[in-house]
Amino acid sequence: MEVELKDIIDDLNSLKRSLPDPSLQASVLQLRLRVENLIRMAKSGPVGRPKVKDMSAEVVDSNPYSRLMALQRMGIVENYERIRDFSVAIVGVGGVGSVAAEMLTRCGIGRLLLYDYDKVELANMNRLFFRPEQAGMTKTDAAVQTLSDINPDVVLESYTFNITTVQGFETFMSSLRNKSFCPSKEGSGVDLVLSCVDNYEARMAVNQACNELNQTWMESGVSEDAVSGHIQLLIPGETACFACAPPLVVASGVDERTLKREGVCAASLPTTMGVVAGLLVQNTLKFLLNFGNVSPYLGYNSLKDFFPTMEMKPNPQCSNAACLERQKEYVQAKPARDAAAKAKMEAEMSSITECPLHDDNEWNISVIDDNEVDTAGVPSADALPEGLTRELPSADEFEKSLAPGTDASVDDLENLRRQLEALNAD
Amino acid sequence: MEGWDPNTKSTLTQIPLLSTKAGPRDGAAWTQRLKEEYKSLIAYTQMNKSNDNDWFRISAANPEGTRWTGKCWYVHNLLKYEFDLQFDIPVTYPSTAPELELPEIDGKTQKMYRGGKICLTIHFKPLWAKNCPRFGIAHALCLGLAPWLAAEIPILVDSGMIKHKDDVSSTSES
Repeated sequence: MEVELKDIIDDLNSLKRSLPDPSLQASVLQLRLRVENLIRMAKSGPVGRPKVKDMSAEVVDSNPYSRLMALQRMGIVENYERIRDFSVAIVGVGGVGSVAAEMLTRCGIGRLLLYDYDKVELANMNRLFFRPEQAGMTKTDAAVQTLSDINPDVVLESYTFNITTVQGFETFMSSLRNKSFCPSKEGSGVDLVLSCVDNYEARMAVNQACNELNQTWMESGVSEDAVSGHIQLLIPGETACFACAPPLVVASGVDERTLKREGVCAASLPTTMGVVAGLLVQNTLKFLLNFGNVSPYLGYNSLKDFFPTMEMKPNPQCSNAACLERQKEYVQAKPARDAAAKAKMEAEMSSITECPLHDDNEWNISVIDDNEVDTAGVPSADALPEGLTRELPSADEFEKSLAPGTDASVDDLENLRRQLEALNAD
Repeated sequence: MEGWDPNTKSTLTQIPLLSTKAGPRDGAAWTQRLKEEYKSLIAYTQMNKSNDNDWFRISAANPEGTRWTGKCWYVHNLLKYEFDLQFDIPVTYPSTAPELELPEIDGKTQKMYRGGKICLTIHFKPLWAKNCPRFGIAHALCLGLAPWLAAEIPILVDSGMIKHKDDVSSTSES
């Protein structure tokens, strides 16, 4: 831009020299002054804020964190400044991921890891965050550009590759393991992984990585018709993993030739994506800063404004081996968990002094523990009442491995490869 | 499988099924799976040739067998249209199917994801999921790519989006 403006000055100078009428000289001079002004403005550029060392609760206009630190004064969060110790990985910087990244950046998260291999396109402009002039940039670069301007305190790392390929997956795993940001942290190098991807393959890759690393993560999604979405918390071994309950698959049974032209262009709305990103980051803040209830699953149906919640236990017949391992560990850790819960209960009880709730009990009402009723009345969760039988056989033998290939005559990989090449040759 | 044409069905039943559930990160089990992949690809290619229905070439582009490249073609109005074919074996294979790519016609049809990945969501992914781990690369080509070509190439040719290579060279010469 600067070069362009300098050219204008040169043009103006030559115009001024060639002007025969001296009465126009003044206006040309004025034009030149204005162009010089523009050059000065272009040079200085937009002014970002300097980094802030400590989060302050001081209420002044210049403090970027005053409204966040007020959460402590309001009694919502015990220690908000802890947010600077946390690392969050966002996989997929699209309609949901980019907005979630901006929210966490504005909240002053310690470190953000961004993963995406796509470029910004003008077709993305119906969603939030990216700007038209960023079209053509990689989504990760464009996001880092915007986010570092908004909050220079956040450590941003961008990773531009496809996590579903073998090589991409290894890089993904090692970036999650890297603990250089907070070496004292237990487990992996990040506190939470947010999956904001738009396809089944990538979700399965995130699921695989998190199951192997025993990493808690949250999944998010917006439906293809843009009017509903969901978020889900996944704690390996404790809650259902993404492979535990595979999406309902129904073969449509229609000839491909009759399907023809509906295209694969999914609809999207900035509203639904914004709502889902908001729900996702709210759950993230509750999880990290330890306030409120962290939702295990929260759906959003925008047509009826219905928000279903539910819990999903892991599937003991999950097809993912790492999930089964985590499930086993979770069961083995039960005594320790129970002891911790009991200790917590006792600590809470001791702070409350015991006294009878009611002085008299005219009708002899007594409270019976739910657990005792359960164990007495129902022998086991699997048993059926007398007279009923199951129509389908139980799936105990599900995990029986398939019979290995019987053809042992050609079993050399190199030999097989050559056979295929020979077929390919003619 | 109702609704599929009888030819595809009978071809499918003759492609050997696989039995090892292993992905590229599973070491020796993956080698075993790779052998099964080769066997079913060899059987399928042989079958196509003997039925005079040869329509693809595919071979592993690396020793690990995680990247595959080749060609596929489709005959429409007696003209042969040939395309580069490539795909990676995903890290979660065989739970997730390979994403078959035809990079040359990227952006020319709506029924394609970025990078030339053909849309398999409706007609193929449910079948793959139901038949995991018995389906392999050969099945993906037979039930995923072949019907896609049959549905898309005639439309792309008739609408002028793709031209036969002879037409392209003759117009550039004139």
